[in-house]
Amino acid sequence: MSGATVQDAGAARGWRIPGGWLLVGPPLLYLLVFLVIPYGEILLHSVWQVDGYVISRTLTGDNYARIVENPLYRQVLWNSFSTALLVTLFALAIGYPLAFFLAFVARRHRQMLYFLVVIPLLTSFLLRAYTWKIILGRSGLVNSTLTSLGLTDGPLDLFLYNQFSVVLTLVYIFVPFVTLPIYASLEKLSRDQIEASLDLGARPFTTFRRVILPLSLPGVVAGGTFTFALSFGDFVAPSLLGGPNEIMIANVIISQFGTAFDWPFGSALAMVVVVIVLAIVGIGARLEKR
Amino acid sequence: MRNGRTAMQARYDPLLTRPVRRGLLVTAVAAFAFLYLPIAVLVVFSFSDSPLLVFPIDSVGLAWYRALFADSDLWRSVGNSLIVAGTVVPLTLILGVPLAFGLDRVNFPGKRLLEHGILLPLVVPGIVTGLALLLLLSRFDTRLSLFTVAIGHSVWCLPIVVTQVYARLRRFDRSIEEASLDLGAGPATTFWRVTLPNLKSALLGSALLVFVLSFDEIPVTFFLTGSENTLPMHIWSMLREGVNPVINAIATLTIALSILVAFLGLRLLSRD
Repeated sequence: MSGATVQDAGAARGWRIPGGWLLVGPPLLYLLVFLVIPYGEILLHSVWQVDGYVISRTLTGDNYARIVENPLYRQVLWNSFSTALLVTLFALAIGYPLAFFLAFVARRHRQMLYFLVVIPLLTSFLLRAYTWKIILGRSGLVNSTLTSLGLTDGPLDLFLYNQFSVVLTLVYIFVPFVTLPIYASLEKLSRDQIEASLDLGARPFTTFRRVILPLSLPGVVAGGTFTFALSFGDFVAPSLLGGPNEIMIANVIISQFGTAFDWPFGSALAMVVVVIVLAIVGIGARLEKR
Repeated sequence: MRNGRTAMQARYDPLLTRPVRRGLLVTAVAAFAFLYLPIAVLVVFSFSDSPLLVFPIDSVGLAWYRALFADSDLWRSVGNSLIVAGTVVPLTLILGVPLAFGLDRVNFPGKRLLEHGILLPLVVPGIVTGLALLLLLSRFDTRLSLFTVAIGHSVWCLPIVVTQVYARLRRFDRSIEEASLDLGAGPATTFWRVTLPNLKSALLGSALLVFVLSFDEIPVTFFLTGSENTLPMHIWSMLREGVNPVINAIATLTIALSILVAFLGLRLLSRD
């Protein structure tokens, strides 16, 4: 590997070098076998069908028709979509001011506070979801506090196993995720750009709207699309903290590969997820360009 | 701490008037409370000897830590997670570093497609990547094992190594390589003594990140794990059986560990 990289060490960037294939060939082959072909397998399975516990390899669009026609799957898709949208909006609403604070207000403690945003990201996703079960459950923290303060007679069921608990948990998980890219783009903003705007008579809010916000958009888009895509396809939060009405698309996919034993239908659902996620990424890229 | 700002400017900031500044401070304090109070709940309850998770805690003790250290299945899963992460880190480095060099310095067809396409496994929910591999593996009747889990993680984590190293290479001043070559150092010496040391923080940083992410991974693992469980999958199965206070003790230990890792990682990156 070192030989091939150094051959071109003196060459200008983008020059064609002999032996370059030796460098990129093996990793590209790996990606072909373990990334491209597997995704192709999903596409292929999605147009097959299960026929009495055996996968029949005749082309059919029935799986997709079933997703469109059955109100149950439409409901599940809508659940996933609305949950992901709410999570993204709330995470941005908390993450943006936090990143803004880190970039422009925190001075001496900036390094330390940055560190405090990173730590939750490195802490187990699962455990951070589980803690809300302790907090919101029947004998959880909120209920036991309310009861001991005499505000309620007994435990309330309204905190857990609904869309509120699922959204809250995912927002909790994704706040650091949106804060870091926004902070990264705000930090790149030069103070001169802001001061120029202020010196030219723009009011602080106008400066924010016309200068700071557009320049921080790449961070917002990056954090937002990741948050949307990952919460759209999450199954951990809905199965730990959601009720039967909060089932999301990933839960249904899992059941097709488990108890339902309908791999082709599960693959069709997975294709729908891929298409929606790619559409969101595409919209994000468009937004950023403007 | 912006350079070139005088004390006068620091005191009066036309962008951040006092109410704005105060509002931001309140929001930030609330956000940090939101991030840390739920973690604190886990830590506090891990030291309660009662199996009921209610406040106030009446008996403090280390019962759940004792239970944790006696749980051999749990330690086995920790070992399994170490095996997986220990495989994924070198694998993604061996594949990712040449790819990053390729993106920076080699022309090949499909380069633009690769630049965007490689991010796919990071954005597409892990469960989809996992089942994609499952479909392929089942065609060849491959038995699921820790190794298949590691393959799944490697596909998912490769973009991290590639983007980190590629970003570093783009900022890298190639003239120092030329200087080294002009001064008579061979290509290999130049690579080892000039190029590689400049990539050190990107390599260590991404290795650390990949290790932590792989250690904690569930969605990709879900469909690819065989009879051996990783730690998060073991915790997942514990959670399905109901609330178990041992999990609080695990949580506290992993939080302590992630603070350590974050500290080491930031140390490494800030040296750059």
